Amino acid sequence: MEINALYYLIPSLIMFACGVYGFITRRNMIAMLISLELMLNSVDMNFVVFNRFLFPGQMEGMFFTLFAIAIAAAETALAIAIIVNVYRANNDIDVRDICKMKF
Amino acid sequence: MDYSQFLLMKQEIALLVVFLLVFLYDTFAPKKALGALSGITCALFGIYTIAGFCTCVTGVSDTAFAGMYATSPIIAMIKNVLNVGVLIVLIQSVKWVNNDSTVVRRGEFYELLLVTLFGMYLMISARHFLLFVIGLESASLPLAAMVAFDKKRYESHEASIKYILTAVFSSAIFMMGLSFVYGLSGSLYFSEIYGAIGSVSSPMIICALAFVIAGVGFKLSLVPFHLWTADVYQGAPTPVTSYLSVISKGSAAFAFLVILVQCFGAVYEDAWEWMLYALIILTITIGNLFAIRQRNMKRFLAFSSVSQAGYIMLGIVGMNAMGLAAMVYYILVYVFSNLAAFGVIQAIENNTGKVDMDDYRGLSKTNPKLSFAMMLAMFSLAGIPPFAGFFSKFFIFTAAINQGSIAIYVLVLIALINTIISLYYYLLVVKAMYISDEPSTIERFKSSCTDRVGLIITVAGIIFLGIVSVVYNHILTLAERSGLF
Repeated sequence: MEINALYYLIPSLIMFACGVYGFITRRNMIAMLISLELMLNSVDMNFVVFNRFLFPGQMEGMFFTLFAIAIAAAETALAIAIIVNVYRANNDIDVRDICKMKF
Repeated sequence: MDYSQFLLMKQEIALLVVFLLVFLYDTFAPKKALGALSGITCALFGIYTIAGFCTCVTGVSDTAFAGMYATSPIIAMIKNVLNVGVLIVLIQSVKWVNNDSTVVRRGEFYELLLVTLFGMYLMISARHFLLFVIGLESASLPLAAMVAFDKKRYESHEASIKYILTAVFSSAIFMMGLSFVYGLSGSLYFSEIYGAIGSVSSPMIICALAFVIAGVGFKLSLVPFHLWTADVYQGAPTPVTSYLSVISKGSAAFAFLVILVQCFGAVYEDAWEWMLYALIILTITIGNLFAIRQRNMKRFLAFSSVSQAGYIMLGIVGMNAMGLAAMVYYILVYVFSNLAAFGVIQAIENNTGKVDMDDYRGLSKTNPKLSFAMMLAMFSLAGIPPFAGFFSKFFIFTAAINQGSIAIYVLVLIALINTIISLYYYLLVVKAMYISDEPSTIERFKSSCTDRVGLIITVAGIIFLGIVSVVYNHILTLAERSGLF
């Protein structure tokens, strides 16, 4: 059996959809952050697969992935710091309780 | 490697120098001398802003780093416009940043602010999506930290968690769109993408475009991606709110135009013309309708800025140099009008802690000068003739109509009707300040020297920018030489 690009792209898309679904349905901020990571990782996977299978002569997608991983790490670090802040103020990291400002 | 290409980045390098000087002073200055930090930052940035205007007369158009980075006179101009806005924000924030709870961290405030500005420069100048994404992230991540700056206020935390989660979500969607673009064209250079996707649209291009537009739309707070705007604007410290609403939005709008024109310009009629129309109509209308029911001034200005973003987007519709010029001019005028409004809100909030529209009743009797500045800001935002806001709206409508199809006429008509709706809610503030007979709940107070300087600059801008026609003409000549279209 030949493993072509589709075998990677479909799991990557499923991962992205799971990330979106998780971000919308999860109520715990850490779980939401994990869902965001899923989305970002599926982007990385897409880039690598496109690069490997469609444009094997160049490295642009790989480089983008490297930078995207670093950016995702920075985003997570900052988000965790802010979640800690919210936890200190609220004693809770449930998004349903973050509702003082509305409409 | 040719090192002279670094000279093209002179604005970035100058900003970096300002940042490093502020950083070093903040780190190594003796405790006694730290009190001068705000003054030094404002002075350094002021010098840099003026120097930027002096050098942009002889601006060059060129690309550097194998075409990843581009500069041209109009790009230098939009960066200067942003500089003016940042300078006013810096001046207005002096009083707030020197209060007891933030005074030990004020260095961080200035450093984060300058870093985000650097990210916005990269966004504007990027001609390669890698550089663009790095700019986008370094523009939006430090902003989340700035939104959380007021540690003692619960709203600040709430706003920052909402901001960071939606920002990461939107950038993930944006990068997904980029991966599709990469799969289609095999390159991340704007020019090569333009060549590779050709002028025929396919489902994948439409999908990629929708993702890219959604990602940047989040930053610009276009409807339906605007839901974070009101909460973040209300919760953030007021100087950060004014920074978010003016500088961040202006730079994202310009970068959005560059991406749409330079990458996807060929599939304009095929793929994204109607997407853009729908976004503009929704943004202007929903922003206006929600602004009517707001009582908190910061939330009110948040929705007003949502609808202003829709007007700014009208500059893209024309797809010509006139639209670009009208957009840059609109951003310039918007910087002055919105910062005047935020300046008044800040002065009142710093002295009395009140931000509700009901508190503004009868303000003209106790604080006539502040009410006058607020009134001019509202008139300019609404677009009443002698003030700058009228001319910016006029130019942007003219530029859009220039393209001349029926759909555009309908679009501009809807935008015009919305101007009238917006007049209603902007005048609500003026009515509360001038016509209401109830005694004011805000005592007469003397605003600080820096607040007054900020307000004088912005009010002067509102009055003179419209009348001094040389400003728009200059921007138009720069836009015609931009080579974007």
